[in-house]
Amino acid sequence: MAIKIKQLTHIYNEGTPFEKVALHDVNLHIKDGSFLGIIGHTGSGKSTLIQMFNGLLKPTRGEVYVKGINIHEDGVDKKHIRQSVGLVFQYPEYQLFEMTVYDDVAYGPKNLGLEGDALKERIESSLKAVGLDEEFWQKSPFELSGGQKRRVAIAGVLAMNPDILILDEPTAGLDPKGREELFSQLKEMHETRHLTIVLISHSMEDVARYVEELIVLYRGEIAFKGDTREVFKHRERLEEIGLGVPQIRHIMDALKEKGMLVDTDVLTVEEAASKLIACLEKEVNNA
Amino acid sequence: MIRDITIGQYYPINSPVHKLDPRTKILLTFAYIIALFFVDTVWGYLGVFLALALAIKVSKVPVKYMLKGLKSIVVILLFTVVLNVFFTTGEHTIVDWGFIRITWEGIFFALEMGTRLILLIVGSSLLTLTTSPIQLTDGIESLLMPFTKIHVPAHEIAMMMSISLRFIPILLEETDKIMKAQTARGADFESGNIMQRAKAMIPIMVPLFISAFRRAEDLAMAMEARCYQGGAGRTRMNKLEYHKGDFLAFGFGVLYIVMCIVL
Amino acid sequence: MKNIVEAKDLTFEYLIHDDQGKVEDTIIALDHINVTIKEGEFVAVLGHNGSGKSTFAKHLNGILSPKSGMLWVNNIDLSNGEHIWEVRKDVGMVFQNPDNQIVATIVEEDVAFGPENLGVEPSEIRKRVDEAIHTVEMDDYKRVSPNQLSGGQKQRIAIAGVIAMQPKCIIFDESTAMLDPIGRSQVMKTMQKLNKEQGITIIHITHYMQEAILADRIIVIDEGKVLLSGSPKEVFKNVEEIRRIGLDVPDSTYLIYLLRQKGYDLDPTLLTTKEVVDAIWQLKSNN
Repeated sequence: MAIKIKQLTHIYNEGTPFEKVALHDVNLHIKDGSFLGIIGHTGSGKSTLIQMFNGLLKPTRGEVYVKGINIHEDGVDKKHIRQSVGLVFQYPEYQLFEMTVYDDVAYGPKNLGLEGDALKERIESSLKAVGLDEEFWQKSPFELSGGQKRRVAIAGVLAMNPDILILDEPTAGLDPKGREELFSQLKEMHETRHLTIVLISHSMEDVARYVEELIVLYRGEIAFKGDTREVFKHRERLEEIGLGVPQIRHIMDALKEKGMLVDTDVLTVEEAASKLIACLEKEVNNA
Repeated sequence: MIRDITIGQYYPINSPVHKLDPRTKILLTFAYIIALFFVDTVWGYLGVFLALALAIKVSKVPVKYMLKGLKSIVVILLFTVVLNVFFTTGEHTIVDWGFIRITWEGIFFALEMGTRLILLIVGSSLLTLTTSPIQLTDGIESLLMPFTKIHVPAHEIAMMMSISLRFIPILLEETDKIMKAQTARGADFESGNIMQRAKAMIPIMVPLFISAFRRAEDLAMAMEARCYQGGAGRTRMNKLEYHKGDFLAFGFGVLYIVMCIVL
Repeated sequence: MKNIVEAKDLTFEYLIHDDQGKVEDTIIALDHINVTIKEGEFVAVLGHNGSGKSTFAKHLNGILSPKSGMLWVNNIDLSNGEHIWEVRKDVGMVFQNPDNQIVATIVEEDVAFGPENLGVEPSEIRKRVDEAIHTVEMDDYKRVSPNQLSGGQKQRIAIAGVIAMQPKCIIFDESTAMLDPIGRSQVMKTMQKLNKEQGITIIHITHYMQEAILADRIIVIDEGKVLLSGSPKEVFKNVEEIRRIGLDVPDSTYLIYLLRQKGYDLDPTLLTTKEVVDAIWQLKSNN
């Protein structure tokens, strides 16, 4: 079990007129090796929740376990927790500060006391994992494009060698190609490095395409959790809470309503096309 | 932490003091502060105290709220008082340990300093408690207008103040975010000696400066896109105007100054 | 109808300097662009990050001046970097970052900023400010600090600030890029309303194709050149070309494309869910 959250409640500014309940009685298990998406509105508690995972926030009530350790117990080394749970904030390129890409990525592992070849190896493999070749390493991060800066920042967290990588809207502001590239890199890291990945997203299409499991947050509580396919079966409720399902589902549902005997349980356009073709061919054969 | 300092933070309610023209309040605050330095008798201080108490009463700002603001500067206040106790020379010695000498004069002087400081801070915080930042900048701009003839950039000063007020909360939030992000990368801001701690601040300061410059650039572009070309030729939606209450307040102001001089 | 924008062979270059300040490289951001936009049109300019779409937008109200070529905006010659203040009275701009374009600490004071700069009479400013805030449906937030608003609300205030200057044309320079889905749809609704009800020309720079569908016309820019231009239907039928330059087509169009690949006879310009559903249903019924 990578992360376990027990009866967690978090209240900002408790006891003041600005009091706000961000999370309410959240229970959650994240298994090792999962690829998990978190969806929900702005203000649904997503950002608060992910800051619980590495102990940046201390819950008002409840417990957080990382690999079986209660992280808020006395004597727990927070640095160790933060190494093990890597957190990439929204627009992470705004944290870059070093003169070169290479040095910036070195910041995290250096804080952990790494040096020499081990440090070098960490930096280089992280940069390669996000698809930045050697030609970028000695450049100033501020000369790079938005998408490249974003990847440097992600490499900076990867270089901590986390077991669990958490990303808050990693594709915000990127164009379709940038989104696609980043998602495929994450998927590859998930597969080759067996990295547990948790990401927040606003795009139903993106989570449908890439993540395996889904958590839906609504007003600080978990509305749904489970297999992505299962969660998207609850179209009505998801629309009620203002989230909805991937666009392609609308087409499939409308066809079914008209009377077409098609399986509407699809996540991607490609899947929809092949199911429609199967359905159309069956018609031909029957006729 | 920085956000806990409530001293002088605008307290949005309706009261006769809130309704006064900001220029009236700025001028009266100046008069109050200057007159305070002419006072040197117990009766004088009592008079100033009563005048201030009256102003607070009319402003409807809860006394408790004002005192809570004072808490943040209590250390500075005590420090000043203690220093004055030790370093004022006089003839009526109470304690004499060679290097430390406490005299009656010292104690009186320290108490006077303390009283004066508290009256000064509470009095001037009443201005910011009852005047919104934007009114304050409008007031300052309007009062500085006559000085533009001697090249005081009144409009620019007011604009700078207003923009700072807009962006300070944003930059505070950003600082918080960057600190968290670097903490997630194993940064440690709490241990080590002064040098180490100063060095640990670099990963926060650099991104913060870069971001501040980027914001400044964006803002300049956005302002020019909305035809901003400095103060010349600008009009204002809300023009400042003196009302009956302002003249009444000025009347009280004159009375107060006379009182300070007489007592 | 009159042209509000007329660009002929519009070219713009960035110079890259090395450490000694010598010119190291020249990047052609706009390469002989020819575009005309009519008064009252709603045009979306699509392109990936770095395609030149934002550079084009920044020419339209004189933030950048062309290197060569001709540019007329609202009958004012902008080819030489002169007359920019005249253009800005009639061509407003809403930028990407909601925080970095609000000047004042109170909503209505910010909306008043533009008209104040134009030297409008105080009573008239009051009237315009109230109307503008009403148009963007933010009446309840007049005396509020912008810091208390969501991203979408801040962008609507920025829009109100532009409307209060009574412009003929508003350019949205990636104004939805940093918003969540709710904020984006609010801003899109406001754009459509301004276009339909007040006849304001809208030029919307974006990389979200869901937003581009709402426009009368789409201009696709790639590598500083106009690649495609036409109605959403005409543009999105070029599925392969659009995907090649790193952009997406709507899921509905992509589904039709995939089915056509398999030999099904469908109209490639189908765009809305209803059109697509009807066409597939027709196909099934024909079997």
